Amino acid sequence: MLALRGIEKAYPLAGGTLPVLKGIDLNIEQGEMVAIMGSSGSGKSTLLNVLGLLDGFDSGGYDLDGVDMSGLSEKQAARYRSLFLGFVFQSFNLISFKTAVENVALPLFYQKVPRRERQKRAMEMLGKMGMDDRADHLPSELSGGQKQRVAIARALITEPRVILADEPTGALDSSTSQDVVSVLREVNGSGITVIIVTHEADIAAKCDRTIRLHDGVIIEDGRSGDVVEPTANGAGSTD
Amino acid sequence: MMGLDRDRLIELVQVVVRNPLRAFLSALGVGWGLFMIIITVGAARGLENGVKADMGNDVANSMFAWTMSTSIPYKGYQRGRGLELDIDDVRWLEANTQHLDLVCPEIQLGGWQGTNNVIHGKQSGAFDVSGAIAQYQKAKPMNITSGRFLNQADLDAVRKVCVIGSRVQDILFEFGENPLGETVQIQGVLFRVVGVYTPKGNDEDAQNEAESIYIPFTTFGKAFNTRDRVGWLSMLIKDGVDAEEAEEATKQLIKSRLSVHPDDPRAIGCWTMAEEFQKAELLFSGMRLISLLFGSLALLAGVIGITNIMLISIKERTKELGIRRSLGATPVRILCQIIGETLFLTFLAGLCGLVLGVGLLEAVDGYLEGGGDAGVFRHPEIDFGTVLTVLCILLGMAIFAGILPAIRALAIKPVEALRAEG
Ligand SMILES: Nc1ncnc2c1ncn2[C@@H]1O[C@H](COP(=O)(O)OP(=O)(O)OP(=O)(O)O)[C@@H](O)[C@H]1O
Ligand SMILES: [Mg+2]
Repeated sequence: MLALRGIEKAYPLAGGTLPVLKGIDLNIEQGEMVAIMGSSGSGKSTLLNVLGLLDGFDSGGYDLDGVDMSGLSEKQAARYRSLFLGFVFQSFNLISFKTAVENVALPLFYQKVPRRERQKRAMEMLGKMGMDDRADHLPSELSGGQKQRVAIARALITEPRVILADEPTGALDSSTSQDVVSVLREVNGSGITVIIVTHEADIAAKCDRTIRLHDGVIIEDGRSGDVVEPTANGAGSTD
Repeated sequence: MMGLDRDRLIELVQVVVRNPLRAFLSALGVGWGLFMIIITVGAARGLENGVKADMGNDVANSMFAWTMSTSIPYKGYQRGRGLELDIDDVRWLEANTQHLDLVCPEIQLGGWQGTNNVIHGKQSGAFDVSGAIAQYQKAKPMNITSGRFLNQADLDAVRKVCVIGSRVQDILFEFGENPLGETVQIQGVLFRVVGVYTPKGNDEDAQNEAESIYIPFTTFGKAFNTRDRVGWLSMLIKDGVDAEEAEEATKQLIKSRLSVHPDDPRAIGCWTMAEEFQKAELLFSGMRLISLLFGSLALLAGVIGITNIMLISIKERTKELGIRRSLGATPVRILCQIIGETLFLTFLAGLCGLVLGVGLLEAVDGYLEGGGDAGVFRHPEIDFGTVLTVLCILLGMAIFAGILPAIRALAIKPVEALRAEG
């Protein structure tokens, strides 16, 4: 489904460049649930953005569903994002002046789905997240967990093949976090690939597979239970 | 590419509602600009209408001609020969012209300005006294307020009758006294008053007209010993005939009749209303253009204001735009959104200015119609064509205003946009 081959990426810096991804080889199959861990600044978000076509890379290759993604135009990237990918962010990234249901329906707007159908599907999706009673609330009127449910509903509305979540529980307390991960587990149960960047071992433990990054290199890749947590945290997220 | 369907409209309204004060402030400049255009163009039109109403006593296709002296020797005549027209020349001209509908001979008592030449009882006054024919009214419309104008029978029978202007009545007759049937003495000759008129229009010309007296052309010749002599001609150009062409052709006819060299520039004097109108028209279209120009400058200032506000707005909404990108919005959709927002804001503002401007014009118009006085200012209005032109200018400017913010918005990469605060 997702295949990275020797991906390298560096950020331009005042006195040269800062290499962030230093040759990433990674294969993720359809239906996997993968955690990406690693200390702060190890390149997790950068990797996820590359996977999500939100950012480019300097060298290497990226196949999404068998299609080469290098040298994609912005328009093409937008299309692939719209067709294949759903995003969940630590800070929810709901549009503040739109209600929950409007937020959930927005990706369908960009797919040119007619209004009625959009509305219907958005309500259904909110229902699946147990949020249908909050459909007309603005994000500011929702709790953190509720916001993340709305955000997941929005990510799922286009029936993507892959959900990319960058620290989706980073702003939530532990019981709400478990809640959100259960939701993502269910999503994965329906066959959707889920990739979660996280600092929390117990979140990673809920995934099938854990990848550990260190300084732009994958240092561990295995079944979640087998991976050992070297330090208690890597907290103090810079995102 | 994008119709304004309900969703886009909702999106646009959300933009305005989200920050109403900012929307209002940015809209203010454009609204003001458009308001200014409407008001200045409308006022220019009001002035134009006022001036044209003053010209109302003159008929648009009227033409006047008179004779002077020659400046080129011709057919054995010396230069400097004084020219005169008589009634036969008038008949000949009428028979031979292809450009004129009406040729009225006219003659006036000269040299009396300031001298009381007309007497009624104990009252006397100095008035213009003209000999005219019955059709004269067509060349110079007037309102007959009592009695009638001169008729053919007056001319045929060489009657000593006269039609007097309203000022003449005021000066010569007591208040409430009916002048019809009374006699006035003009340079010693008695004339019976058969009609009173007021001139059309309200300019200086019309004031003069109100102090005039008309008597039959035939009677004039007998009474004041000018016989068949004609002072000048008042004519009407046929409908659809170009005024300049009619003027030139008529001059040539008169020249040939009076044996004047065809190229003599001085011998025949001529004046057409159409040329006068043309001059006025030029002035007024100039005024319209200037008000449109200055209004557009005001509009441009307003539009630059909107560009500025949109740029700030884009900066503030970087995160939102990043989110939209992550949800599958193509650059073109973002471009359309930004330009759409700018258009919406600009047009909303423009519409307010338009409605206020037109409303004010209507109010002023209503006041003037209701008898309010504003000098030479009448019926200020703005025609649909001008409104359309202004709206097109606005459209162009709005798109222009949206392009820079849109380009700015597109320059931000999705990943950077998502990282932004907000
Ligand atoms: N736009 C950028 N320009 C320059 N350097 C950047 C940029 N984005 C990230 N970096 C650098 O790249 C490195 C990796 O950043 P990244 O956000 O991928 O880390 P992360 O693993 O997600 O960290 P965290 O756990 O704190 O979120 C960091 O050193 C960061 O400073
Ligand atoms: Mg990160």
